[in-house]
Amino acid sequence: MTVFNTPSLQYGALLPILTVFIGAVIGVLVETFVKPTMRRFVHSLLTPAVLLVALFQVIANRETVTTTAAIGSVVIDGPVIIAQGILLLLSLLALLFVLDVDSFAPEASALPGSEEEKRAIASGKQQTEIFPLMLFSISGMMLFPAASDLITLFVALEVLSLPLYLMAGLSRRRRLFSQESALKYFLLGAYSSAFFIFGAAFLYGYAGAITFPEIRNAVIESAGNDVILLIGIVFVSVGLLFKVGAVPFHAWTPDVYQGAPTPITGFMAAATKVAAFLATLRIFYTVVDGALWQWQPMLSAVAIITMAFGSIVAIAQRDVKRMLAYSSIAHAGFLLAGVVAFNKEGLESSLFYLFAYGVATLGAFGIVTLIRDGQGEVTDLNRWAGLGKKSPAMASLFALFLLAFAGIPLTSGFIGKFSIFSAAYQGGLQSLVIVGVLSSAVAAFFYIRVIVLMFFTDASDPSVSVTLPTRRSLIGVWSAAIVTVALGVLPTSTLRFITDLAIFAR
Amino acid sequence: MSALTVLGILPLLGALVVATLGKSDAKRAKLVALLASTITALYAIFVAVGFEVDRPGFQFVESRDWIPAFGITYGVGVDGLSLVLILLAVILVPIVILAGWDEAESGRWSAKTFYILILILETMMIGVFAATDLFLFYVFFEAMLVPVYFLIGGYGSGERIQAAVKFLLYSLFGGLLMLASLIGLYVMANDQIGKTFDITALSRLEMSSTTEHLLFLGFFIAFAIKAPLWPVHTWLPDAAKSATPGTSVLLLGVLDKVGTFGMIRYCIELFPNASKTFTPLIVTLAVISIIYGAFLAIGQKEIKRLIAFTSISHFGFIVMGIFAMTTQGHSGSALYMVNHGFSTAALFLVAGWMIKRRGSSLIADFGGLQRVTPVLAWSFFIAGLSGLALPGLSSFVSEILVLVGTYTRYPVAAVIGGFGIILAALYILIPVQRTLHGPTTPGNENLSDLNLREKIAIAPVIALIVLLGFYPKPALDLINPVAETTIAKAGFTDPAPTVGSERR
Repeated sequence: MTVFNTPSLQYGALLPILTVFIGAVIGVLVETFVKPTMRRFVHSLLTPAVLLVALFQVIANRETVTTTAAIGSVVIDGPVIIAQGILLLLSLLALLFVLDVDSFAPEASALPGSEEEKRAIASGKQQTEIFPLMLFSISGMMLFPAASDLITLFVALEVLSLPLYLMAGLSRRRRLFSQESALKYFLLGAYSSAFFIFGAAFLYGYAGAITFPEIRNAVIESAGNDVILLIGIVFVSVGLLFKVGAVPFHAWTPDVYQGAPTPITGFMAAATKVAAFLATLRIFYTVVDGALWQWQPMLSAVAIITMAFGSIVAIAQRDVKRMLAYSSIAHAGFLLAGVVAFNKEGLESSLFYLFAYGVATLGAFGIVTLIRDGQGEVTDLNRWAGLGKKSPAMASLFALFLLAFAGIPLTSGFIGKFSIFSAAYQGGLQSLVIVGVLSSAVAAFFYIRVIVLMFFTDASDPSVSVTLPTRRSLIGVWSAAIVTVALGVLPTSTLRFITDLAIFAR
Repeated sequence: MSALTVLGILPLLGALVVATLGKSDAKRAKLVALLASTITALYAIFVAVGFEVDRPGFQFVESRDWIPAFGITYGVGVDGLSLVLILLAVILVPIVILAGWDEAESGRWSAKTFYILILILETMMIGVFAATDLFLFYVFFEAMLVPVYFLIGGYGSGERIQAAVKFLLYSLFGGLLMLASLIGLYVMANDQIGKTFDITALSRLEMSSTTEHLLFLGFFIAFAIKAPLWPVHTWLPDAAKSATPGTSVLLLGVLDKVGTFGMIRYCIELFPNASKTFTPLIVTLAVISIIYGAFLAIGQKEIKRLIAFTSISHFGFIVMGIFAMTTQGHSGSALYMVNHGFSTAALFLVAGWMIKRRGSSLIADFGGLQRVTPVLAWSFFIAGLSGLALPGLSSFVSEILVLVGTYTRYPVAAVIGGFGIILAALYILIPVQRTLHGPTTPGNENLSDLNLREKIAIAPVIALIVLLGFYPKPALDLINPVAETTIAKAGFTDPAPTVGSERR
């Protein structure tokens, strides 16, 4: 009699993802069954607890490197463990800001300016769906780099994206703006998903399989029609490059960064990049690595354009959030240099850079949430003038994050830039390094301009002030600052941790 | 722990103590800063006495792993050249603090912040000269920009913000080009000898000539901006004009020396062949700097800008001496760095006092100071004479060495550069005559002479100028061995004196 074996799902390896996912489901139940007045409190305990548990599970998992789970559709290898760890740490940091300030709409469904909305504001409510949405998004992000077939990859992409579209529209102030950004993000995101799935179909057509190892073998044996493979690679890249915000698929970035509630912008900028870049690295390093000569020139061109475009256009920005958006585009370009490098150093330096950049980004957006006037956040750069006088601590910390973005030594950004450019140089891409340093010089200009505004210009607008930062935001901002300096001065242990683990399973 | 590490930590400790003081406690902040920098200077002299002149290689060496993942070490050590530059830096800091006793109070922020920035800067100046690890050098080289930027932008005068930004952007641009070259070296080292940034190890790398030329340019442009050499000098007059006199002293006296120091230590030692290729071009640029700086100095109406342009001319001499690739040229340039440091310090400090007293920095506003303020006038006069390299004052020795060293290899450059000396007489003597001599012009009758504090500050500088003019041996003893080894490493030999051989 034949024995029917149930497929082994390897729950142990999947546990962190499942924990966050279940946490999200419980969050939805909380929304349903708990009294509105209590919801926020329950979420403020549940969400961090879920993330912490998941983080411990990731840490426990780090010994069991390289397992495939869920019948080969998920692979848990070193880079995934690191990425999940980074994601959870960044999410915890982001959560401090999400919890702290009243950034979210009282009732997102109400028409902006309507009676209904006024009533909602008067009642002092705040949407609390943000917490389960965030958890859903995080679980998608954790799955995205671990996906080992095209379907899982697509599902993870949607799980991480859909909640983000919603969250972008939940800003408490400037409702129309926020809704517009959410709609833009959603429409463009839907297009890019379509491109992605289109490309995935071509890859399937080329290889006759959806799992990554099989596609890889097909690419190495060049089993099919190369044109189909190329179309597949190009369109899958479009989907991924959209998520990382690389030129020419960056158009959504400034609008969405500006319109979304600031804590969510920070979360999006930091965490989405980690997930999307890890998935990109996996695909280019372990799936279509046989077609290196086809994709490397294309991706190099994208990297060069992205670095240059982001840095140059950022100069013209007059809004903090838009400036940070363009700076994030430039950083996406630097990170792409790590992808194009195609060596182990490329992977390691990308992981380090993602962590360093994510922390500094969260810190910077965290400070943006605190700079306010009577109407809410002040994002007009001109009104930041003289901030150094009013709040020396916050202005100095913001300057620190800007210096880290600019890659000044003794900050994390410098080690990140050094390692990513040396990986690119090692990969034989000297031109990329030259463009990279030149863009950094351009980028330095607008970071310095903000510092000049804060410290050397007299305040023009007395109404702008720093809201008394509460303990949570303070912890968030300061820990981001400490990590930024620590990674710049003593990066050794982090680097060693990454070096030991960062090997893709093939 | 190496004596150099201790030396670097001392100012930092001072900065920490200043940081704990109350915000309005400007007086105590000054005293602590003065004390910390004086202790540093004394300790540096004590360390320098223990330096063995005849021993080749680095001394007071310390090397610890810093970021092993990239082969980066905390490596410090000095040879004669870096030692004299460190001495220059640590001697100038207390003088600057004492000389500009009240200058921090007119700044944008508290005096406390000013002294913290100065002391942090002192640590970085020591570090940048003491580093024997290229990466460590780069870290100091770049991080140094931050305190200077805030010192100019926060405590300067006039269009200080624009000047600070201009300074920072020029320097960052150069620094990033250098970063690209540094990465290139690192990757090549990784392929050939393993991950390292040790300069001795890096100087043995083998590279194709194209690569060497490109990497050389990355370093050279960064140093040329720092030095500064024509045509990338334009940030300097603005920065010098806007910064406080003390900051200008440190900027021109010490920080710019990092550029010329880097040319010797990094450009020539790491890329000897590329240095050979580019030498004619660089010597040409240096000669242009000498003449251009001198002419523009003659045309300046503003004292601080005038001093800045004289410095551009002097840096031309230094660079010319370095790339003449003779031992005399090198010794002369190294000595020039020290002398220029002291004479510029004297000029800037006295000019700063004049400007503060008169409330104007235009040369035309002064006149006949000799009668009203004799001590001030004499100090300015001596500093100026040192600037034009009068025999008996320190700059003379170095200028002659540079010209002699250059003449043996590039006679035309030396002759054209020699005109710089004549122009120097013009750009120094004309303002000296207008401001100091002749009848006292209206507005200057009631200026007060130097007070005791100012006399104490300027005395050691003038003493050193005279001392090194008559007896430059201690400095030359430190410098000469380095000059010889650098020339030998670069594969040059001094040209034989042709005149002597003809006679025989």
